Amino acid sequence: MATLTPTGSQVHDLLAQRRLPWWNTAAVAAISVAIAGLFALTTPISGTAGTAVTALLTFMVVQTAVSTAVEGRRYAVDRLATTLLVGALVAALIPLVSILLTVLLRGLHALDPSFLTSTMRNVSPRKPGGGIVHALIGTIEQVAIAAAIGIPLGILAAIYLVEFGNRSRLARTVSFFVDVMTGIPSIVAGLFVYTALVLTVGLERSGFVGGVALSILMIPVVVRSTEEMLRLVPRDLREASYALSVPKYLTVLRVVLPAASTGIITGSMLAVARVTGETAPLLLTTFLTQSINANPFSGPQASLPTFVWDQIGSGTTASVDRAWAGALTLIVLVMILNIGARGIARLSRVK
Amino acid sequence: MPSSLIERPVDGPSATPPAVTTTRRADRNFAGLARGSGIAVLIIMAAIGAFLLWKALPALQANTAPFLTTSQWFPDDPAPRFGIAALAFGTLLSSLIALAVAVPIGVGVALYTAHYASRRIAPVLGYIVDLLAAVPSIIFGLWGLQVLMPNSKGLWRWLDQHLGFVPLLRNDLDSYTRSVALAGTVLAIMVLPTVSAISREVFMQVPKGHLEAALALGATRWEAMRTAVFPFSRPGVVSAAMLGLGRALGETIAVALILSATFAINWQLTEPGGNTFAANIALKWNEAGSVGLGALIASGLVLYIITFAVNMAARVVVERRREFSGAN
Repeated sequence: MATLTPTGSQVHDLLAQRRLPWWNTAAVAAISVAIAGLFALTTPISGTAGTAVTALLTFMVVQTAVSTAVEGRRYAVDRLATTLLVGALVAALIPLVSILLTVLLRGLHALDPSFLTSTMRNVSPRKPGGGIVHALIGTIEQVAIAAAIGIPLGILAAIYLVEFGNRSRLARTVSFFVDVMTGIPSIVAGLFVYTALVLTVGLERSGFVGGVALSILMIPVVVRSTEEMLRLVPRDLREASYALSVPKYLTVLRVVLPAASTGIITGSMLAVARVTGETAPLLLTTFLTQSINANPFSGPQASLPTFVWDQIGSGTTASVDRAWAGALTLIVLVMILNIGARGIARLSRVK
Repeated sequence: MPSSLIERPVDGPSATPPAVTTTRRADRNFAGLARGSGIAVLIIMAAIGAFLLWKALPALQANTAPFLTTSQWFPDDPAPRFGIAALAFGTLLSSLIALAVAVPIGVGVALYTAHYASRRIAPVLGYIVDLLAAVPSIIFGLWGLQVLMPNSKGLWRWLDQHLGFVPLLRNDLDSYTRSVALAGTVLAIMVLPTVSAISREVFMQVPKGHLEAALALGATRWEAMRTAVFPFSRPGVVSAAMLGLGRALGETIAVALILSATFAINWQLTEPGGNTFAANIALKWNEAGSVGLGALIASGLVLYIITFAVNMAARVVVERRREFSGAN
């Protein structure tokens, strides 16, 4: 019996494969950077991007070679896959960081206190100065109109899907087309509202028409998030309410909706954030103006995204600076809505 | 039933017969309102197609050139000639470039977030990707124009000089700005969050048992991905790519800012030029006459039909997967 029992070192050989030490990755990385640096000095492959790519390729080759030799092919492939995944992550983060940093730096550079309080009235495209207050008023009004139409309609449609639809044919069709509606290009929403309200009904281009176009983009987002939240409300709550002979509509309004309220608020805020940055439908429906128009029902109205578009179009140094400052204002607004919405969602999850 | 039992924050006791009728009517009205809102979604989807077709027809009838195969755009001439050939070409090409870049990277990020990153980092990564999705497209356009365009010239030139034997990468104009390749790259960054977020969700739904079984049998992490995760999530990843395609096809502002809007079919991706359905509508809208407006609406209708089909196909793939995993 004793001869059949493997000794300690034999167990080790049986169970443990030969693995590279933990410092291997760092060592290979250092070697790769050194080789890439050598390339940068001696060959035409230079520059930050070129060197980074060379270093990455060298890393993959060296690590695969070392790993194949020590650990075998399977572990080499595993390490190569991990490297590629981390590479994908870095490749995705570079543009994000670049966008946020550029908007922040160039926006702050161009932003001055009067920017938030003045309009573009009588401001030459070539001269610095001017501001976005007219665009801010327009954006707030248009988004409010969109929310006033899109949020109730979306919540009601979600209530139909969850509380009344019973997976009927109609409910399944509605659910399917809500998903398809999520993918409508925003410019098509603008075209549709223009053909329906301006060409057919005869309204003029105004903030209201723009708001209606935005509401079409909001509806599917609100429906989806509300539906998801309503489905999370336990059946017991509804049944308890019915057992007390509360009619169905009051059960929905007083029991189910309050239980899901934080989720619905989150979804609605995300929908608002989504349409706040929309440019294309507003270009078609609100037109541009350089001064304050507080009446969304008459005459062209400015908005933050179309302001940025207009300033880029002018193409002068001063107007491009204004475009960046406008972009910073817009991104801050959208991010506040987004982070606020997710914050509310997190608060409700703790409960 | 004693009435004291139903005295709660509920309007209208339902004990007496007239009140019951009122309650029932309110119930029916509310159900009708909810149902009506659901139907409104269907009506809107149908109305989009109907209105666009209605307002596009006069322009299409006035057109003296074949709409689908012409690559010129002179709708407000005395003899209107316009067609979508160049628009369709540019739209498809820029979207395909976007997918070719965004799908591998987006799926990689999703896989890393779902199965590689530690539990502390994974939600942060997901959060960052979601924030990227919230950046408005005008900001992508501004960034693409002002930051990526000057900084990517070297890459396009390098591709031209070293891989110029590939016709797609050759550049005969020695100008590397405002190209379809650049627009496609910006589109890739824009659809990456879409692809990544949906793929991540799919990867997370892989049954834990499958994954743990694979690891317990001695699979490396990558082998576990290949044997347990990929077969389960392939349809979901396909539909994520298609939803990304839908977003790329319809993206307007970023592309309109970057492309130099020509009506030519040019396979040399790094040369300036190209145009897409959506960008063309935004750029030509304010200068269009009555036929011009109709022509733009007609091109918008084509875009609507294409994105509708792509999104529908993506959803069908997802539905099928849902049934499959439900049967598990």
